[in-house]
Amino acid sequence: MTTPLRLDVRRRAGGGETETELSLDVPSDLQYVGPAVELIVGRLPPAPLSPRRIRFNFSTALAEALANAIAYGNRHDPARVVRVLVQVGHDVVRLHVTDEGDGFDPDTVPDPTLPERLALEDGRGLFVLRSLVDHVAFNEKGNSVCLTLLAG
Amino acid sequence: MSFTLRKDKHGVVVVGVDGQLIVGNRQELKQKVLDALESGGRKFVVDFTKTGYIDSSGLGVLVSLSKKIREQGGDLRLCGLNEDLQTLFELTKLDTLFAIAKTSEEALAAF
Repeated sequence: MTTPLRLDVRRRAGGGETETELSLDVPSDLQYVGPAVELIVGRLPPAPLSPRRIRFNFSTALAEALANAIAYGNRHDPARVVRVLVQVGHDVVRLHVTDEGDGFDPDTVPDPTLPERLALEDGRGLFVLRSLVDHVAFNEKGNSVCLTLLAG
Repeated sequence: MSFTLRKDKHGVVVVGVDGQLIVGNRQELKQKVLDALESGGRKFVVDFTKTGYIDSSGLGVLVSLSKKIREQGGDLRLCGLNEDLQTLFELTKLDTLFAIAKTSEEALAAF
């Protein structure tokens, strides 16, 4: 498969420490979720996250946020892209995923662990995201999420 | 990433998930298991020994397959979850929906 995925990696010094920034535009097609995760994880610095946290928490959270952005944000529209920005600092990694959709209100998403929702196929994305990272923050519009993973 | 299906000597279909089970490949797993169900398979074990991560779509496809298999009088069990994946199943309370064994041998013996 030829891939349109082009990862941009920059190192910037600021406040006495060097931060690495990785940015990637992902087409609104779910087939790119796996390759995009692999591409970013392959270039992620070995610190501050442990290999286990990169392999599981970071990878799953990125896949989850990308899939949500492609499916619910951009509604699979090929004219729209999902922008991923990963900021790797000394003791924290921030993962920003932004789509070109109208946004949503995360407070309206029902708890998928309620007995009546447990056997449903969909609706676990946001819950899984919140379980995997240390902090989840949406912008006001609801089309951009910032996932924070602390060192460890 | 790929899925392998084999039948043990008692006819249990063992599905190996190599890599990850996510939104991009869940349909492939679904189709393979449904084909096996169509061909008469009723007892299924999904082995995650070689799995890196599972996203919510992957969890969802397991829920829906389990339901379809039970409707045909069968059962789908899971095994080989590492500590992180086990935690994911516990947090989502899906550990209450599935029989989860440590190894494929244990899962097969439980049928």
